[in-house]
Amino acid sequence: MTSNKKDPVLVVLQMTGAYDALNTFVPYGDPHYADYRNTLRLGPDDVLAVDDKVGFHPGMEPLKEMYDQGKVAVLQGIGYPNPNRSHFRSLDIWHTAEPTKMAPDGWLGNAIRDIDPNKENILTAVNFGRGLPRALAAPGVSVASVGDLSNYGVLTGIQGADQRGEALDIFARMYAPMIGSGAVSDYLSQTGLDALKGADILSEAPQTYSSSVEYGGSLFAQWLKSIAQVHLSDFGTRILYTGVNPGTFDTHANQHITLPKLWGDVCTAIGDFYEDLKEHNASEEVVMLMFTEFGRRVQENGSGTDHGSGGVAFVFGDAVKGGLYGEYPSLAPDDLDNGDLHWNNDFRSTYATLLEQWMGLDANPILGGTYEQFDFIR
Amino acid sequence: MADNDIALMAHLMRRAGFGAQYEELEARAAKGYEATVEELLHPEDNSHGMDLDLGERYFIEWNHFIRCVPEYIAFRMINSKSQLEEKMILFWHGILCTADSKTQSQVASHAEWEMLRRCGMGSFKDLLLEISKDPAMVYFLDNCLSHKGAINENYGRELLELFSLGVGMDGEFNYTEDDVQECARAFTGWTITNGIPTQPYGRYPGTFVYNPEDHDEGEKTFLGHTGNFNGEDIIDILCQQPATARFISRHLYDFFVADEAQVPTWMDTPPRDPDTIKMLEDEFFRSNYNIRSMLRVLFNSDAFKDARFSRIKGPIETVIGTLRLVGDWTTPKPGFEAIFEEMKHMGQEILNPPSVEGWHTGKEWIDGGTLVRRINFIADHVGDVSFPGIQSIVEKLASEGPTISPEGLVEGCLRLLGHYELTEENHQMLVEHARKSGVSSTATREFPHQVGEMLQMIVATKEYLYA
Repeated sequence: MTSNKKDPVLVVLQMTGAYDALNTFVPYGDPHYADYRNTLRLGPDDVLAVDDKVGFHPGMEPLKEMYDQGKVAVLQGIGYPNPNRSHFRSLDIWHTAEPTKMAPDGWLGNAIRDIDPNKENILTAVNFGRGLPRALAAPGVSVASVGDLSNYGVLTGIQGADQRGEALDIFARMYAPMIGSGAVSDYLSQTGLDALKGADILSEAPQTYSSSVEYGGSLFAQWLKSIAQVHLSDFGTRILYTGVNPGTFDTHANQHITLPKLWGDVCTAIGDFYEDLKEHNASEEVVMLMFTEFGRRVQENGSGTDHGSGGVAFVFGDAVKGGLYGEYPSLAPDDLDNGDLHWNNDFRSTYATLLEQWMGLDANPILGGTYEQFDFIR
Repeated sequence: MADNDIALMAHLMRRAGFGAQYEELEARAAKGYEATVEELLHPEDNSHGMDLDLGERYFIEWNHFIRCVPEYIAFRMINSKSQLEEKMILFWHGILCTADSKTQSQVASHAEWEMLRRCGMGSFKDLLLEISKDPAMVYFLDNCLSHKGAINENYGRELLELFSLGVGMDGEFNYTEDDVQECARAFTGWTITNGIPTQPYGRYPGTFVYNPEDHDEGEKTFLGHTGNFNGEDIIDILCQQPATARFISRHLYDFFVADEAQVPTWMDTPPRDPDTIKMLEDEFFRSNYNIRSMLRVLFNSDAFKDARFSRIKGPIETVIGTLRLVGDWTTPKPGFEAIFEEMKHMGQEILNPPSVEGWHTGKEWIDGGTLVRRINFIADHVGDVSFPGIQSIVEKLASEGPTISPEGLVEGCLRLLGHYELTEENHQMLVEHARKSGVSSTATREFPHQVGEMLQMIVATKEYLYA
């Protein structure tokens, strides 16, 4: 990194619920596809075609535009060994980068510790959402986790600036760690103090921000706006995380109605976010990863799709060398894994590429192993 | 009434219930500790406040065929006189987990909840049998997809791993992969009629059916026993295992006494208090797997009585406890969904545990986001002096004299919150804070707000995170 360039920032978008890979990045040119998708099938006139084989879901227009500008890497056939079809376990696997056993630490938690080992910046990572995703959790790592940036703070209900100021002063002193009070108490102290300090700094973000971009009203769009505000405030935040609520993309039924709306809302918000960054000359500083916990069954169930394996993920931003990565898994009946797509590229390859080539970190200790990397970072 | 007795009663009610206002603590302490334990252990003797049926008459949106079962459940936790009954349902809900994000049937979740109410303090063997036949569970862990000759192991595995034996004990595995498969074979034919999830079948409860045609009648070998086992036989064998006694005892300890290590580490991490665990294990076998007997031993033990403030409250406990303290939601009114959302944002959504493993507890409840949410929720409530529970704290303090010293204000607030204890440093800091206002006249219009502000400071402490 040259000194006048800002440190690279990773924004992770978790599309919880398991979006249907087949109808997200659609193999419309494959003759088998139509057989499996009697009611949900998207034809050549529906998809936003990338070539004569594959195309984006029609709701993903803003992402397709970025793709056409060469800024979207599509990770086809992404997955992990011994696919698990539980939302929770599968998310855990994505979060901890550990498919074979229960692991306590998140991959980004480990990355945060690497970026900021002495905890000099409590805003190295910021999460927007309800609860902290395990991806960001690791011992000794603190992450600001914000539900609503405009009203984020400790004891916001205390009336009067002086009174609240004094209350917060006492709060800070009461949460000061005490020698010999034990690991749990120390953890609570640290969390309390970090929350206090983080809230203090973060509350400035919306005040200094102005933009011509108008975000949508959905929670996800608002969280992306908050991410823009935090990034543009130069707090030194390197990792930002948000997503949609659990179950959002879990389209067991009525998928033909819900999926267009979901991708429409999500991709519009992403497009607005990217415009916002461009308006502030900040789009080169940010790379985004969008993923989900697993793919869905190849064979539709008549109105939706059930849990499957083998998915698709997206990495995008100005620094990304766009194109197709990994192989689109074969749809031939004999090639399926119990009715599901066979994954062919380990999700940790994408993680390793992002960590090393984008974030400038040593991926091996963070992921607990070495994985072949892509060349999707310019 | 000695303060010690009330403090102990406050402890019992925080653990065996969702906390209680001071007047209730006084009344219960007057009846005596053991008498209160017995009363809590026998919920059938008490009215529980509100039927779902009655709730639905007030709120059409509480129709349990549509949704709002979680809100109703929370409402009942607040108002039930049989606090331990509600607490035990929550206990089992965190172990014998189903999540409505998969079942998508609140009517099935509600039926399960009531089953846990019925069986939660009876024989553990009966409970395992009931949960194995529970439609929400049969669907949640896919036993309805497990067939003779084509088993689905999901239920067979979790029954062993998460509902009875646990993965291992004292460094040894409790069962093999073969045991899992044999267990699953024994439960083939245990299925449900259509009805779960809501779509595409509509909002009708599924019912359990045993289909002998689909049951594998072959010989099975399970945990060293061989025979043509059916599900009942498997449950019989499971209940006889020392590992099951250990597993249930550790769960009871973690939930009622003090934060244990997280469940996935139990194979290699010995219990925090082996003597108390041993006592509970012995009672498990002596009482023929009776949960009520185990609870009696537990609550009357010194280990329990000495374990004040050694558990971090969960979000449901925090929210319900706060509402009981301030005396809100004693009758139905619109807007409960916002309260329900609070628990969710603090990290615990009723009927939707994050996985079949249940919630991780202890310090894992707390991160920057959930901590801020928790503190603000409680502080916003205790600082609102229009709540009847806060008014009665103010009145109680005012009744003790025309003036109150800074020390008296801090001590009084801590006492009326249920005999909370702060570190000496923090206690002193609040006294210093109170000193700025000097000696207060309890008759002034400012006084309630002074009390409210002190309560806000107390509930924001680290100590108040604990129960």
